[in-house]
Amino acid sequence: MRSASDSVPGFRKVLRSRKYQGWLWGYILILPTVLGLGLFYLWPLVQSFYLAFTRWGAFGDYRWCGLQNFERLVSDPKIVDALRNSLVFTGLTVPLSISLATLIAVLLNAKIRGVSFYRVLYFLPVVTMPAAVGIVWRWLFNADYGAINYVLQKVFAIRGPSWLTDPKIALYSLVAVAVWGAIGNNMIIILSGLQNIPTVYYEAADIDGAGVLTKFFRITLPMLSPTLFFVSVTAIIGALQMFELVYMMIGINSPAIRATQTVVYLFYREAFINMNKGYASAIILVLFVIILGLTFIQLRLQRRWVHYD
Amino acid sequence: MTKASASLRRARWGKLAIHVLLSLGALVTILPFVWMVLTSFQTLAESTRIPPVFFPSSLNLKNYRQVFYSLPFATFYWNTFVSTVAKVAGQVLVSAMAAYAFARIEFPGRNFIFVCCLAILMVPQQAYIIPRYMLMLDFKWLNTLTALIVPGIASSFGVFLLRQFFLSLPGELGEAATIDGCNHFQVFHKVYLPLAKPGLIALSIFVTLWSWNDLMWPLVVNSSTGKMPLSVGLATLQGQHGTNFPVLMAGAVLTVWPMILLSLILQKHFVEGIALTGTKA
Repeated sequence: MRSASDSVPGFRKVLRSRKYQGWLWGYILILPTVLGLGLFYLWPLVQSFYLAFTRWGAFGDYRWCGLQNFERLVSDPKIVDALRNSLVFTGLTVPLSISLATLIAVLLNAKIRGVSFYRVLYFLPVVTMPAAVGIVWRWLFNADYGAINYVLQKVFAIRGPSWLTDPKIALYSLVAVAVWGAIGNNMIIILSGLQNIPTVYYEAADIDGAGVLTKFFRITLPMLSPTLFFVSVTAIIGALQMFELVYMMIGINSPAIRATQTVVYLFYREAFINMNKGYASAIILVLFVIILGLTFIQLRLQRRWVHYD
Repeated sequence: MTKASASLRRARWGKLAIHVLLSLGALVTILPFVWMVLTSFQTLAESTRIPPVFFPSSLNLKNYRQVFYSLPFATFYWNTFVSTVAKVAGQVLVSAMAAYAFARIEFPGRNFIFVCCLAILMVPQQAYIIPRYMLMLDFKWLNTLTALIVPGIASSFGVFLLRQFFLSLPGELGEAATIDGCNHFQVFHKVYLPLAKPGLIALSIFVTLWSWNDLMWPLVVNSSTGKMPLSVGLATLQGQHGTNFPVLMAGAVLTVWPMILLSLILQKHFVEGIALTGTKA
């Protein structure tokens, strides 16, 4: 290259002009993304921080109010409830859906017939609109005519509870629906992780006479841990942002709303129903900090249980 | 010989047990769908009978007619379809351009800008909603399809996913094309873009699903019945019909069938796309 550029006059110039051309194309190609992200993400983010320090009037006017929103935040029992609901919901949904998804993925990976048939069935909830999922399960959970209470009555002779209006139960009903809805997605990622485990490990274990469970805990789980880590990080972030099921299945007038509303539902309610956009911005900042914190903790814990080759 | 046949028999029983477990799980997964379809054909009286009626007395479409009578569902289909197609086309194009630049072109500030893009992924989506709503108000975009399309075109997720894809393609191809006299844009759209097709398909599938199924953003910006998508339409239907479950189930069927059909037709691509996020990220 050097000899060519030294001997051929102008070649270096051509090279340099290519370099600047590259810069130009680079900037042109990223321009729409930079403009869009700037206008609809970065600028709103900056504004969200600012709005958290404002108080809103009845006509969409707002003014600086210092730390008032945050003072209200720490003494607001609704926030404490919403935080607890979100954490309980996430803490139950994520491990349940991931362990069930792992079980199904392992079974599907056992070289049986009809894998793609099962996969289609397990996949259905993933493509179904959460609003529709909410409506269908509201019907199934209906205390008087719902299918679930009928089965309980008929098969077990139990009088089923009011799944969605009893404040003690409603949150767990939502967990059940969310687990039902999340298994398919997690199962597909985990199944592809399983298929990437080299078979030589299992062949070696067979020669050593290892049992099914030994193989699962000594080979499958460690080899699968990077996939499980990815699935749990995304599942936690997703579960912390749950909104649709509360909106569709519980609703603002339900006796169980205090016991089920998540942080994001409370945010929506404050921002667009109570028209406290400043207070709502403060609420969402709290969620942001929680997600950052949990992700950081997971990255820290990752070293303890995730094995990379 | 006997030992071998014994282990063969055990393997066969093992497979049977696996099928039983998987079928049970599959049954729990699809029963809500079956129940939804069955109820959608029942009359209100049939749906509240005890013991429940499993199969409707006739295949009556009264509930479906009632849905279209209550709300302009044809308009909802149009709004959802147009905004989904436009968002997919826009986001895939814009993200592919930026992803290629971040993966294959050297320019000052590249890494810094890319890290800024990634940082956006860490923030919960709701943190953008209030200021974006105020922007829509300023632009006079509330209750327009533009509000459903334009804010979702630029995407960190799209750029990140496709960048990983471009990085996995060999760099020599571009060098060869450059020697043949292609400029950067030609290398991008003639050489790399066709090779990135699996990534583009995966991104299209995600954007389609998210756009079709999204509830909170359209709820906030498009509350007039003429401009709302199916998701908000279904929520509005529930507001009108409360506990008339046969009508609500008909509405649910009407909103979910297109994505279910699409996922059955493109099953392989859906599965590969979801698996891709697990391996590329």
